[in-house]
Amino acid sequence: MEFFFETLGLAESAKLLSLSPPGWGGNLLRGLANSMQIAFGAFGFGLLIGLFGAYGKLYGGVVLRDLLAVYTTVIRAVPELVLILILYYVGTDLINKISEVMGYGRVEISGVVAGIWVLGVVQGAYATEVLRGAIQAVSPGQIEAARAYGMPPFMLMRRVTIPAMMSFATPGLANLWLIATKDTALLAIVGFSELTLETRQAAASTRAYFTFFLAAGALYLIVTLCSGAVFARIEKWARRGQPSLKRAGR
Amino acid sequence: MGGADVLSREPIGTTQAARDADADSAGQDEAIRVTDLHKSFGTLEVLKGVSLTAQKGDVVAIIGGSGSGKSTFLRCINFLETPSAGQIIVNGEEIRMRQDGSPVDRRQIERIRTRLGMVFQAFNLWTHRTLLENVIEVPVYVLKVPRDEAIKLARRLLERVGLGDKADTFPAFLSGGQQQRAAIARALAVEPSVMLFDEPTSALDPELVGEVLTVIRDLAAEGRTMLLVTHEMKFAREVATHVVYLFEGRIEEQGPPEQLFGSPQSARLQQFLQTVG
Ligand SMILES: Nc1ncnc2c1ncn2[C@@H]1O[C@H](COP(=O)(O)OP(=O)(O)OP(=O)(O)O)[C@@H](O)[C@H]1O
Ligand SMILES: [Mg+2]
Repeated sequence: MEFFFETLGLAESAKLLSLSPPGWGGNLLRGLANSMQIAFGAFGFGLLIGLFGAYGKLYGGVVLRDLLAVYTTVIRAVPELVLILILYYVGTDLINKISEVMGYGRVEISGVVAGIWVLGVVQGAYATEVLRGAIQAVSPGQIEAARAYGMPPFMLMRRVTIPAMMSFATPGLANLWLIATKDTALLAIVGFSELTLETRQAAASTRAYFTFFLAAGALYLIVTLCSGAVFARIEKWARRGQPSLKRAGR
Repeated sequence: MGGADVLSREPIGTTQAARDADADSAGQDEAIRVTDLHKSFGTLEVLKGVSLTAQKGDVVAIIGGSGSGKSTFLRCINFLETPSAGQIIVNGEEIRMRQDGSPVDRRQIERIRTRLGMVFQAFNLWTHRTLLENVIEVPVYVLKVPRDEAIKLARRLLERVGLGDKADTFPAFLSGGQQQRAAIARALAVEPSVMLFDEPTSALDPELVGEVLTVIRDLAAEGRTMLLVTHEMKFAREVATHVVYLFEGRIEEQGPPEQLFGSPQSARLQQFLQTVG
């Protein structure tokens, strides 16, 4: 191993990336773990918002529909970086104001929770549109059949609409998940120590910019590849019962 | 089933008093009683006061031209469409409606819907579930029948409609006729007190119509109560105990099939029967 790195002139990089100090590998992995935690949380939170948003847009009253239209339009119009700054500072400020009014004094807001809230709200806007489209793609007859057999609304959503729309939603949701993993990098701006910030700190301290950013890039790539494999399986499951297009096309 | 029921059926325009008296004597055997049903879509009045009674065991065929309101009538019975006015009684239980026709109690509608097995023109099977899963879905999740019991019944029903070997196949891999037979099995699985068929063979290729009609014919023969909207006049004549001809949202003529098809009274029905052959 040593020899292998030596000949490639990578000995220095290997040392810098080693998992225990003085190497910075451990920091990078911690950053990655933080990023993933936020991405998971934000994606899940966004899905929840998206489901409510999609149902609200499709079945809600006029007021709810208008509110949701404002939400999805504004969120999708403003650059994410700006949104993150707004939501982060507005959000933390609001919570602090409320807690002061209630007499608790200023509270320390965990970076993970703040990150999940901020990115979740952004993801929710996109998820609303992805899920709305997917629900609309389900043939109305299937939903009607469920109603005709006396399924109550919530059961209908769980047993018919959601499984039936999954095949239409997965490609869009896979995109959203990948965007979530990468948007975590934007949280560096509010000082959250996710992968990108950890990388920058490591690079600045050692002046080995190339090594660390390449390593971070590789980590993001691995995440993407693994996600791709997972989503491929999910999509295959979601498309069960549908003849493949390839065969139909020939 | 049988002639007595058909003869005792009220003629069009019976007075309310006569209807009530009739309900007292025959209420026990009534599967469905619809009184003066109205339905408008916006300003378009599609049903202009339709009344119909089906005794247990009756096979009521509903015929009529395109747009005459046949589907709307059927869909009002299980509230897939909200009637504008009228009264609907299923198995002696009146569906409670507000002034505007909207249901008072969603749960009541849901409960009554589970007693009405509906079969759609476009099959409407759940595409992400196998035939077996389609058939057990309502018994297991809505009616809370134990799963293994539901599976046993579902296999019997699929066997009965000739799909015993397709239980684990997804609907998209089957022919229209097979899908419709599976949809009939799904309807039978709730042990419906009335079956509602809305043109069950209209979406099928001609060579697949027969297999579905055979299944429905069997069901009629075993005395199941059904309301059957159909364009298959020969079939209606053969299986129906009572035929209703709808014209522009009103019952233009009704009676036993021999009478309706053999010696139609109204000029419109005569013309209709000529055009459909
Ligand atoms: N959801 C709806 N909104 C507005 N109009 C409707 C709706 N459903 C049906 N209609 C109208 O109501 C009328 C009756 O329709 P319905 O589907 O009941 O006719 P039908 O007798 O079943 O005809 P077909 O034999 O073609 O199926 C038609 O004019 C149709 O355009
Ligand atoms: Mg119709």
